[in-house]
Amino acid sequence: MATSARATTDGASPPDPPAPPSPLPPPTRGPGGPKGSGSRKGSGGRAPGSSGTWRSRLYRWDLKATPYAFVAPFFLCFAAFGLFPLIYTGWLSLHRVELGGEAQWRGFDNYTGLWDSSFFWNALANTFTIGVISTVPQLLMALGLAHLLNYRLRGRGFLRVAVLAPYATSIAAATLVFAQLFNSDYGLINSVLGWVGFDPVDWESSKWPAQIAISVIVIWRWTGYNALIYLAAMQAVPQDLYEAASLDGASRWRQFISVTIPSIRPTILFTVVVSTIGATQLFGEPMLYGGSLGVSGGSGNQFQTLSLLMYEKGWITGALGQASAIAWVMLLLLLLIGGVRLLVARLNRETT
Amino acid sequence: MRALFRGFRGRALLVAAVVALTAAPAAGCGPGGGDPAGRTVLTVGLFGSFGYEEAGLYDAYTRLHPDVVIKQTSIQRNENYYPQLLTHLVSDSGLADVQAVEAINIAEVTATQADRLEDLGRAPGVRRADFLPWKWRQATTRDGRTVGLGTDIGPQAVCYRKDLFARAGLPTDRDAVGRLWAGDWRRYLGTGKRYRDRAPAGTSFVDSASGVLSAITGGSARRYYDEDGTVVYKSNPAVREAWDIAAAFATEGLTARLQQFTPSWDQAYANGTFATVSCPAWMLGYIEDKAGPAAEDVWDVAAAPRPANWGGSFLVVPKSGRHRAEAARLAAWLTAPAQQARLFERRGSFPSASAAHALPAVAGARHPYFGDAPIGRIFTRAARGVPVTILGPKDLVIAQNLADVGMLQVDQRGRRPEDGWDAAVRTIDNALDL
Repeated sequence: MATSARATTDGASPPDPPAPPSPLPPPTRGPGGPKGSGSRKGSGGRAPGSSGTWRSRLYRWDLKATPYAFVAPFFLCFAAFGLFPLIYTGWLSLHRVELGGEAQWRGFDNYTGLWDSSFFWNALANTFTIGVISTVPQLLMALGLAHLLNYRLRGRGFLRVAVLAPYATSIAAATLVFAQLFNSDYGLINSVLGWVGFDPVDWESSKWPAQIAISVIVIWRWTGYNALIYLAAMQAVPQDLYEAASLDGASRWRQFISVTIPSIRPTILFTVVVSTIGATQLFGEPMLYGGSLGVSGGSGNQFQTLSLLMYEKGWITGALGQASAIAWVMLLLLLLIGGVRLLVARLNRETT
Repeated sequence: MRALFRGFRGRALLVAAVVALTAAPAAGCGPGGGDPAGRTVLTVGLFGSFGYEEAGLYDAYTRLHPDVVIKQTSIQRNENYYPQLLTHLVSDSGLADVQAVEAINIAEVTATQADRLEDLGRAPGVRRADFLPWKWRQATTRDGRTVGLGTDIGPQAVCYRKDLFARAGLPTDRDAVGRLWAGDWRRYLGTGKRYRDRAPAGTSFVDSASGVLSAITGGSARRYYDEDGTVVYKSNPAVREAWDIAAAFATEGLTARLQQFTPSWDQAYANGTFATVSCPAWMLGYIEDKAGPAAEDVWDVAAAPRPANWGGSFLVVPKSGRHRAEAARLAAWLTAPAQQARLFERRGSFPSASAAHALPAVAGARHPYFGDAPIGRIFTRAARGVPVTILGPKDLVIAQNLADVGMLQVDQRGRRPEDGWDAAVRTIDNALDL
């Protein structure tokens, strides 16, 4: 409601801007403008005329080129560090390239090789499962946290900053601390489990415990960040909706389900997409969590994600062509996710 | 007009500034090579801890050559250092004047990067006769160019804890301990079983099965490759035998189920939870660091069942360097027998220069932390018996996956040795298929 109202006021403003530019052209055209003056003054009249066209040409060129000059730095950087690597990676992915060697044409063999590789499917499955284990609880908790923070609490400002603290921590520092906590022999978590009467869990070499431990790091780090995004969205929900709901006798929970959630649906969709992209690219946490085996994702590749497989292929075994193919497959996966998001958003808009 | 011109010039300046800013990084790291005082700056790129700086070798060199300044950079782990070195070599940029190469990578560097490296065999001050012949050959190309000078080698011994041995009813004297398993790794396994039967609570005989595997494979001439450069680890009986013995340590429950060079392994040194570890000369310093002062005189060094080598390094001089002659001179000096002997004395890196082995600093060396063990005598004898291992370009990948994928699964997850072997082979096949 609020956004659509703002959109109409925005839509009304565009007709105004064309007015200001009009005063500018006349002064430049003015000197050389009158036709008669040129014939009367002879050569003397041509000088201002030619300087006028030169100036106006300069001015027009200036008007046209300046915006490009301003955006050029970004596009130059993008071309150098974004577009070129992207294309070059694509080129590499069609070759057999050994680190330190020459490239040999290979066509799509790297891609068909991935299709046949159990390591690739294992990494894809791990990326998916870790993504689900980390993203779903993380977003649910963020939603709950944001709802709580939306109340009038004492020390609300402090709490809002506090939930963001994990996000400000470096991945390396957080992961190293968590790796200590989850240490199978001396870790705090196994000690606590021991007091409660459970057997120690092998948090690194068993598949699911390791994936859960890594997901815990991701959840810890990103929940507060998502909570703040939700909180911002919740604060834009008009208060009268809640008033109307409470007049109708809706409980707090009912208000949360029927007013808050539908109102912030676009934001939820946004965080889902961003978290999914983050999960697809998960790299630092499993790598550091696994210590010297981090790049392989443990001795049995039990927590090797796609990014880790790509890194291992590229820098450990030196198969740059295969690593590039993985990079492109990841790009295609992300585009697919983006497409799905677009589709869902469109359906969402049509239903509302 | 003036406003326009000024505006235009302002923009031109802005554009110029933008161009300058984007171009600056390229200009910023332009050719260096001299410090303000006009001395030559030589850079040395290393991995891990070579101890040159700590042993005072750079200071000694700059005293001999006051016109030289040495700057060292070091990356902790070779897994991170080596790929970077390869990319730098291929792109001919970012290289230090002198670079280190681990023994396990030297075959690949010699085979594929020799054109980009100086021939140090002919550098002034280098005497071929000073070096162990096999070490020299490992960095020599087919056409006779020696691109790397050997720094240290890794002859192996077995480090053991006297207190745990005494409590398990085993001898504690280093010669008697060495005799327990002399000649055969199976006797080492047998000693492990004896230890297990009377083991002090909470301790194991050996740190890890993969450590045993590395130790045994380091003792055979033909390992992962044969003379023609074919990968033969799968069918090589020596590798299979090493695998079986090491796996027996895991299945018999003789290991602490650790992985080497991880924090847990370090903590186990501090807690004293295993009684023996196969230790190359360079590992003594590591044990001393991790076991700490509390374990002084507790650890001792005995001869390994069979002579074997683990690790060691080379120095190479890239051709793209600005001071190739000076860099070659430095590399030659650092690897000369006198300096290698000093490094052994201070840091425990065993000289690859056989000429240094007879020097009193090496031959008579004792290690106070390890109960004054005569490490000079022990490691010199081990070095003499080391076979000349045939190296191949992908030794690292094969060794690492056998240890960290295959044997670790057997050791830590209790998989059957056969399954562990299959998992390792699968991973290696995948890794060797580029």
